[in-house]
Amino acid sequence: MSDVTAEGGHGAIPTGPEVPVEPQPAVSRRDWPLYEVFVRGKRGINHVHVGSLHAPDDEMAVHAARDLYTRRNEGVSIWVVKAADITASSPDEKDPMFAPSGDKVYRHPTFYEIPETVPHI
Amino acid sequence: MSAPPLDHPAVDETALQAYFDATIAAEHRIEPRDWMPDGYRKTLVRQIAQHAHSEIIGMQPEGDWLLAAPSLRRKAILLAKVQDEAGHGLYLYSAAETLGADRADLTDKLIEGRQKYSSIFNYPTLNYADVGVVGWLVDGAAICNQVPLCRSSYGPYARAMIRVCKEESFHQRQGYELLMTMMRGTDEQRAMVQDAVDRWWWPSLMMFGPPDDDSPNSAQSMAWGIKRHTNDELRQRFVDMSVPQAEFLGVTLPDPELSLDPETGKHRFGAIDWDEFKRVISGGGPRNAERITRRRAARDDNAWVTEAATAYAEKHARAVA
Repeated sequence: MSDVTAEGGHGAIPTGPEVPVEPQPAVSRRDWPLYEVFVRGKRGINHVHVGSLHAPDDEMAVHAARDLYTRRNEGVSIWVVKAADITASSPDEKDPMFAPSGDKVYRHPTFYEIPETVPHI
Repeated sequence: MSAPPLDHPAVDETALQAYFDATIAAEHRIEPRDWMPDGYRKTLVRQIAQHAHSEIIGMQPEGDWLLAAPSLRRKAILLAKVQDEAGHGLYLYSAAETLGADRADLTDKLIEGRQKYSSIFNYPTLNYADVGVVGWLVDGAAICNQVPLCRSSYGPYARAMIRVCKEESFHQRQGYELLMTMMRGTDEQRAMVQDAVDRWWWPSLMMFGPPDDDSPNSAQSMAWGIKRHTNDELRQRFVDMSVPQAEFLGVTLPDPELSLDPETGKHRFGAIDWDEFKRVISGGGPRNAERITRRRAARDDNAWVTEAATAYAEKHARAVA
């Protein structure tokens, strides 16, 4: 039985050591992970990134994504992935990562000159 | 043996700034992990957060009528619209987060009065015609503001605005249809519509913000491609759009100076009461206190839902581990 006091005039309240003195910091949605959301608009096309949301777990993330991003039949399938699990290249367009494909014009069909009289090519 | 000193080359801000400027000049989009000037980031966070707050607070004036909708049809429509406003707020908070903002923190700033929301939502919705007029005029003004933002230089903001604009069109049309229905009704219903128009017209014009000569941040925002038209340009566009819509509806816009300028083809209109605007935006409007009190209650009273969902997720994570 913990200590109880009625001081203060609001009835007896427990005061024992198990009673926290400081209020616990509230759990906040800021602690929920950020999920990136991808929606397949219809059969035959890719899932496309549409935005993000916070959710406590994967399942809730899918439910929240449905409510937030598909209120008007925008999708037939949803992927969610924790933003922290995505590995990305640098977005800089001058990134040396993309340089190897920049100078290989011979990979494009327009590199090759074919007379217009040649059909079906 | 010691490791050789690692000399990181100093970040060349001039080159980064030049690349940023060139991206803006070429009308390409800035994406989240691009380098951007501090001022650009801060301006965007402020603008997107205030926009998000407006959507969330904007649920309240119309939400007040959910339980008093005159028919199941109107109730279903209004529910869908209010739910959309929540969605718009979340798209925008999502965009703000790509700039390093935290949405719970932004909500706290709104509740503590450190960030603002649109002055328009501090006016009350006194009868059901207000629901129609909010859709027609308030959402109409929002569309004028928002369509150019679909071309905003910041990619995530522009993409959020594209989603928002697609949905706003439903908002405006449902409002106008509601008003057409009331105008076909009784004299009393027509008077309700006129009364609502009288109360919402001027606040709607204020939604575009202060006049250009009193809008200190506009020039920089336009140079950055965050903003595409000046406040006065957008306001003029809205007036020109609304006049024929009011005529068709059979209501009078409460401005005796409103007239078509035959030379420009644009409408002249009377002076806006900017003192009222400043009073309402700084907390002195009819519903400011109520809007924030309710937003605070929504955060605090529903904290247990957040806690329960978090506890459930943690319990399941342990069970799987």
